[in-house]
Amino acid sequence: MSVLPYQEPVLPTPLHPRTSELCRANQWVRWAGYTTVDVYYDVELEYFAVRNGATLFDLSPMIKYRIVGPEASRYVNRLITRDINKIKPGRVAYVLWCNDDGKVLDDGTLFRFSENEFRLCAQDRHLCWLHDTAYGCDVEIEDVSEEIAAVALQGPTSCAVLKRLGLSGIETLKPFELKHYDFADSQLLVSRTGFTGDLGYELWIDPRLAIDLWDSLMQPSDEYAIRPIGSQALDLVRIEAGFIAPHVDFMPADEALRKTRGRSPVELGLGRLVNFDKGHFNGKRALLREQEGETPRYRLVGLDVDGNKPARDAFIYHNRKKQVGHVTSAMWSPTCKRNIAIASLDGDAPQENLWVEIYVSKELKWEKQMVPCHITQRPFFNPPRRRATPVPER
Amino acid sequence: MMDAKYDAIVIGAGHNGLVCAAYLAKAGRRVLLAEASAVVGGAAITLELIPGFKVSTCAHLANMLHPKVVRELDLNRHGLEWAKSALPTTVLAEDGQHLTTSQNTVTGIASGADSDLQYFPKFNQRLSSYASIIKSFLDKTPPRLGTADWSDRSNLLKLGWAARRLGRDDMREFLRIVGMNIADLLEEFFDSELLRGALAWDAVVGSNLGPRSPGSVLTYLYRLASQSERGLAYPKGGLGAVTAALAAAARSSGAEIRAGSPVAKVLLQSDKVGGIRLESGEEVAAPVVISGADPRRSFLRFVGSENLDTGFVRRVRNIRMKGVTAKVNFALSALPAFSGLDAERTGGRLLIAPGIDYLERAFNHSKYGEYSESPGMEIVIPSVHDNTLAPNGKHVMSVIVQYAPYDLRDDWDQSREQFTDCVIQCISRYARGFSDSIEACEVITPLDLERDFRMSGGHWHHGEIAFDQFMMMRPMPGVSQYYTPVPGFYLCSAGCHPGGGVMGAAGMNAARQVLATEVNA
Repeated sequence: MSVLPYQEPVLPTPLHPRTSELCRANQWVRWAGYTTVDVYYDVELEYFAVRNGATLFDLSPMIKYRIVGPEASRYVNRLITRDINKIKPGRVAYVLWCNDDGKVLDDGTLFRFSENEFRLCAQDRHLCWLHDTAYGCDVEIEDVSEEIAAVALQGPTSCAVLKRLGLSGIETLKPFELKHYDFADSQLLVSRTGFTGDLGYELWIDPRLAIDLWDSLMQPSDEYAIRPIGSQALDLVRIEAGFIAPHVDFMPADEALRKTRGRSPVELGLGRLVNFDKGHFNGKRALLREQEGETPRYRLVGLDVDGNKPARDAFIYHNRKKQVGHVTSAMWSPTCKRNIAIASLDGDAPQENLWVEIYVSKELKWEKQMVPCHITQRPFFNPPRRRATPVPER
Repeated sequence: MMDAKYDAIVIGAGHNGLVCAAYLAKAGRRVLLAEASAVVGGAAITLELIPGFKVSTCAHLANMLHPKVVRELDLNRHGLEWAKSALPTTVLAEDGQHLTTSQNTVTGIASGADSDLQYFPKFNQRLSSYASIIKSFLDKTPPRLGTADWSDRSNLLKLGWAARRLGRDDMREFLRIVGMNIADLLEEFFDSELLRGALAWDAVVGSNLGPRSPGSVLTYLYRLASQSERGLAYPKGGLGAVTAALAAAARSSGAEIRAGSPVAKVLLQSDKVGGIRLESGEEVAAPVVISGADPRRSFLRFVGSENLDTGFVRRVRNIRMKGVTAKVNFALSALPAFSGLDAERTGGRLLIAPGIDYLERAFNHSKYGEYSESPGMEIVIPSVHDNTLAPNGKHVMSVIVQYAPYDLRDDWDQSREQFTDCVIQCISRYARGFSDSIEACEVITPLDLERDFRMSGGHWHHGEIAFDQFMMMRPMPGVSQYYTPVPGFYLCSAGCHPGGGVMGAAGMNAARQVLATEVNA
């Protein structure tokens, strides 16, 4: 009997030689078939690095689709809920796409390079849906995930780091704009986007050059306090930024077995991303029916929770009695000094007199706390530097 | 767009389109019927093959015309006459020992299979009683499942009641056999190969099924359910006479029929139907458009995938509609002499289906993109009973040939003549000298059905009749009630409930649905 050689069950990203060197905590997490860093050394220190310096996050496993062809923009308009004509070439947009029932399949960022050339980035794979949507449309869709490595450079000093790298005029790049720079014998695509709600950029590059890029960003004796961060720290800053995550704050509709688990854009608080005047798009008729109906089934809201115990997975009650929803993401925000949460409420839940039921372990003795909470605006953390253009000198 | 001159536009003047237009016009609606072909009638037409010889080009027997359509549209007053009804069916044997069935009798059973004589009427009676469940639903809108709508619930109850009314034993038996294949069922009942072949033919004709394919009992029940009391019948003047009478009925109620006007697009205005654009570029406004074209063509071509959701388009593209049935029409200088067959039976329906295995073998080829060189056939010579079709002493013969797949591995246009030769040779085995009497012949392959008769996949029934495409799932779940996701756009073709055959029930049901739903139509 022959013995099969052991094979690594997950792929290393193009940046693995560097990330593995730095990952002192040796805490890894799988993402789209890759092993990526969960924690490098300490979640809290990594968190503070995002808000106080500059950080690198290995974004390479992100799923990326190239969408090109004479009818690519018509195609994209059929796919997503926003109006593509309002997204100019050279811009990036946060987009949603829905199934026939108007339930969100996923969210992602859409890069528009020219009239008919796009890149769609998402956490999950959607090639089958993208291809089926292309029926009758002169467009090509290709999974280019492995052809592009990416890092997120985020934090108040991120612009300065890029300036040091020699990216001239980077300070004038507006939020959601993209720009190409020469890098070695190739090109570096920079977009002023990110998942942190802070000043920040995402850098997209040929995988062969990924390590060169990493090294030129991560210089020793760094005056800009550049640090790598893992997924856990990123998850904290994204909650402060009020961003929702698939599988956490909503179930992608095609992965939910239970029909009622899907959520419409309105139910996710993203109704503003739906344009009904642009012609047909997937889910339009269902969303119109929803709009004509009464209250939506669910509402996704931001919550301020009293006290300092994170309301993770907590139920929400009206008047301490009637269950009206649950928390999907929660944390104590050190930067805001607030106990914040993202929650899904029943569509008809009252706005006042809401309580969360938090279970707290005090050295393994569990206590139940019924704590008042208040609906509040998202993002929870929204510094002016996030939008300021040109980015001010320090 | 201009002001609407019409309340509704029906696309396609096949029998269902005509029925739908006639009902709408009768209800006082201003109706335009736009037909692509120069000839009205779809696949129920009579055309001249060569001068003096007229033949039912596609469908060749009118055994399914719904009695309500005939009565309510007064087709007899509009010129429908019958040349001959209750035709016998003879399944040919190469040795001349043919077997003939009509109604509840069978003759020509070979010795050793005598019990078949006894079982034949029992089999008919039992299956007819099961078929009556379907029959009672032919003229109803299939119920939606899981709604609170009163009519859905009441129709669903009626369906359950129709099954329950069979009684306990029969209901059990019905449930036992309904998902079976026809071969297994026939082998339970009968010993005669010829009789099995004859009955199996009725289960598979027009469908992409062999006798041993699951679901072939359902197609058999469907055929029994849709059989009209007249039985197998020739309309005087061929099948074109049926659609001519329907057209006359529609016109007399005020419907306008425009032949030679292929539709390019259904026009939408803020997501509602606004009318149609013809291929000529002319636009015609109407708040309601009902398509008599098959569902795939209706959605993907007329409405366009760009106006439909991805999941919906996916399902439309997956409707099973691959035709395996060809038609060969002959002009003959003399009545073919089938050995051992008298004149009476020669004027009936003749089958080349000498057994289950014969048909199953023929089917095998179509699975792999080949046509069968020994195909099953249904042969009729309507000129025996109808002297308007051929010059005196001469005849037209119409043959349904199965299996000849739409997606032939070779090019149909290259294979056409070889295929015809096969058919002629095969008939000659039963009727010597047949080929000498041929004055002209035409072949209509499934590909021709798609190109010339605009049926996607060349499928007679605009989609397989099968459990997954039956009743509330026909043509697919969500559009089984004739309306579609596009407000104002309806389907009325055989692709909808109840299905194919020159029946007109889909057109009738669709018209009722339109009148019930549309305020302005």
